[in-house]
Amino acid sequence: MKHPLSKLALLVACFAIVGSMSASAQGTLRIGMTASDIPLTTGQTDQGGEGMRFMGYTVYDGLINWDLSSATKPSDLVLGLATSWGIDPADTSKTKWIFKIREGAKFHDGSEFTAEAAVWNFDKLLKNDVPQYDQRQSAQGKSRIPAVASYKAVDKYTLEIVTKAPDATLPYQLAWIMMSSPAQWEKLGKSWEAFAKTPSGTGPWKLTAFVPRERAELTPNKDYWDKPRVPKLEKLVLLPLPEPNARVAALRAGQVDWIEAPAPDAVKSLTGAGFDIVQNAYPHNWTWHLSRAEGSPWNDIRVRKAANLAIDREGMKELLAGLMIPAEGFMPPGHQWFGNPTFKLKYDPAEAKKLLKEAGFGPDKPLVLKALISPSGSGQMQPLPMNEFIQQNLGEVGIKVEFEVVEWNQMINIWRAGTTDASAKGTQSINFTYFIQDPFTGLVRHLQCNLKAPNGTNWGHYCDPEMDKLFDQVRNTFDPKAQTEVLKAIHEKYVNEALFLMVTHDVNARAMSKKVKGFVQAKNWFQDFSPITMQ
Amino acid sequence: MLLYTLKRILYVTPVALGVSVIVFLLVHIAPGDPLTSIMPIDATAEQQAEMRAAYGFDKPLAVQYGIWLWKVLHADLGNSIATGRPVLADVSRAVGNSLILASVSTLIGFTFGTFFGFVAGYFQNSPLDKIASLLSVIGVSVPHYWLGMVLVIIFSAQLGWLPPTGAGPDGSGNWRPDPEHLRYLILPAITMSVIPMGIISRTVRALVADILAQEFIQALRAKGLSEWGVFKHVVTNAAPTALAVMGLQLGYLLGGSVLVETVFAWPGTGFLLNAAIFQRDLPLLQGTILVLAMFFVFLNLLVDVLQTALDPRIQRS
Repeated sequence: MKHPLSKLALLVACFAIVGSMSASAQGTLRIGMTASDIPLTTGQTDQGGEGMRFMGYTVYDGLINWDLSSATKPSDLVLGLATSWGIDPADTSKTKWIFKIREGAKFHDGSEFTAEAAVWNFDKLLKNDVPQYDQRQSAQGKSRIPAVASYKAVDKYTLEIVTKAPDATLPYQLAWIMMSSPAQWEKLGKSWEAFAKTPSGTGPWKLTAFVPRERAELTPNKDYWDKPRVPKLEKLVLLPLPEPNARVAALRAGQVDWIEAPAPDAVKSLTGAGFDIVQNAYPHNWTWHLSRAEGSPWNDIRVRKAANLAIDREGMKELLAGLMIPAEGFMPPGHQWFGNPTFKLKYDPAEAKKLLKEAGFGPDKPLVLKALISPSGSGQMQPLPMNEFIQQNLGEVGIKVEFEVVEWNQMINIWRAGTTDASAKGTQSINFTYFIQDPFTGLVRHLQCNLKAPNGTNWGHYCDPEMDKLFDQVRNTFDPKAQTEVLKAIHEKYVNEALFLMVTHDVNARAMSKKVKGFVQAKNWFQDFSPITMQ
Repeated sequence: MLLYTLKRILYVTPVALGVSVIVFLLVHIAPGDPLTSIMPIDATAEQQAEMRAAYGFDKPLAVQYGIWLWKVLHADLGNSIATGRPVLADVSRAVGNSLILASVSTLIGFTFGTFFGFVAGYFQNSPLDKIASLLSVIGVSVPHYWLGMVLVIIFSAQLGWLPPTGAGPDGSGNWRPDPEHLRYLILPAITMSVIPMGIISRTVRALVADILAQEFIQALRAKGLSEWGVFKHVVTNAAPTALAVMGLQLGYLLGGSVLVETVFAWPGTGFLLNAAIFQRDLPLLQGTILVLAMFFVFLNLLVDVLQTALDPRIQRS
């Protein structure tokens, strides 16, 4: 090492090693999704929560985003492309909202996000006579913002939105709306098909390669406006692997580093092979909706409570290899709207039998019910064994359940049609699962009187003026803390009156290689991939 | 021969039309709403009606069929409801991928099937026959998706020799027959070849056994023809029937297998059909089934013409 060139060579070698170490510390993360195709890439994604998770909040932003930074605290709304929002103080009708737009936020093509761009994006969903109207994005986005009546750009960085009626849930609705680049769309000959191949949003990731139904590659947007959320990885690769065994095989063979929704029966072998199962509570629930039409046995609160007390939720957890959270209410335990319900969802068959007896049912006069279930479906977890487990539990206390099994897409149509429609085939219950992330999708839509199916998704045709009054209060309470109190009161009523057969919550499980570092699983349907590195 | 071929081509027209009617009606009989996949589950009745009108599903079935057929005749299979992409592009890409898989499966299945069939037929009731017959029975009986899973567990998950899913390290976009891409082909191709191998083996065995028992074979041998010469006669006589069976099997292979392609996430027609069924993507479903059905129609035509060329008696009958 005496020769000066040797020292130089050593120095170069050291730099090379350090350089390569830092590059490999970032790495490429390959994810096996449950979707059978790459979600729609133009802005408003399809494929439900998974679509928004991988192609919504990665490539795009909303005016308002979800806080995905913590695994322990409830996930709430945060500033996105808006730097502030609120009701115009001068507006007594409480329908005019003012949004201040973030200055300097840029799309991937370099153009700036402005209030005009936001208006252009609302038009793309709501006005079918404008050139940028996109039927597919409209189908996904229009129903997410039912409160919006009109909107305009007051100036370059101020947006005004007027709602049809006072509606304090507007910010939650807007968190669904992803902003695409008008400049990129213009540049690509005003074609959404071309835009789908080279999309441009303001999000932390850029879509750089896309093979339909096979793979999508995303690279970091180094100019992202939210500097702490600039991705640390070099590349994120998304692979559609709808078949659960194929996902597990791909993970075990090292073809992917992360799979969504491993089947419960694969959990033991995966953990045994050194993979991590990551899970957390999130706003999902697995219930039976109950018919409240005339003549339904569920109209009797004693029957509803008895059924809820008959379910052995811990037993079901064992059945699912631990991949569930036993329900303590309609919202998951620890949720910010949970409140303090007095009716406890414990396993108490004796009490259930007593309540049924009071309601006029017993061994000599069993209660006979029919329930709609599906063999599979988005968010349905393992519907057949889970429903058979419930059937057995209910049978033990004297509720005899017959199943009407229908395919998932047909089930969606029955859910939209409502309990009194002929398609429901005289059933009094439906096992239907969904997203419960905001006040409307979580609570209001299921039980508001004017949303009785087919006008809305109040499948069971429940109607209680007292509950409607609480829903109105939610819409008219603009102070977030006060609004949370109203939501707690609603949830307490949900549980205390046993308005659903509340069974469990999914845990958004994913299996991953130990090479994946830094992932924080938020209590949300969407996740942040920015802090992740590969070892 | 030319007249016969032209006549057969002419027969294809009503068959193709019939196929198009069946394809169109079948997918409409299935329960579920075709627009389910593109609307949130809580879309209002008004929005659903709006979308139904926008996609033309509010029109009478006959009108929808007429519009679809007119487009098909202009080489336009419409756009996928779920993705918005042209169906023809998606189906073409998938057919290309299934062709790759089918070619290798055909090579494996037909070669081994014919070999086992001839061995079993020539050495009837010998241990060789029993082994060959056992292999063909296994080939026909084993559910191929199950076999696929077992192969994945052994060669991908346990041994880590071969990739379990996909068509290549960067998808099928730049597929080429290099070792890196061929590795992805081995497991699905073996899985796909098992059924045709079994069927062809059994068919060839029966044919060879039957031909060998006929008097003209005894006569040929009595005249002192070499065994190689006799073998050539057996092949010529077995070929038309074997070819017909192979044609059908080739059709099945080209159509892809929904189960095998799903197990291996191989982006062929089977994988596409699976996605289209689950998404209720009617244009994609109709387009894919139509293309596959037409494959069968044209393969049958080809086999008929080939059979006639090999055995002119077929033409006369």
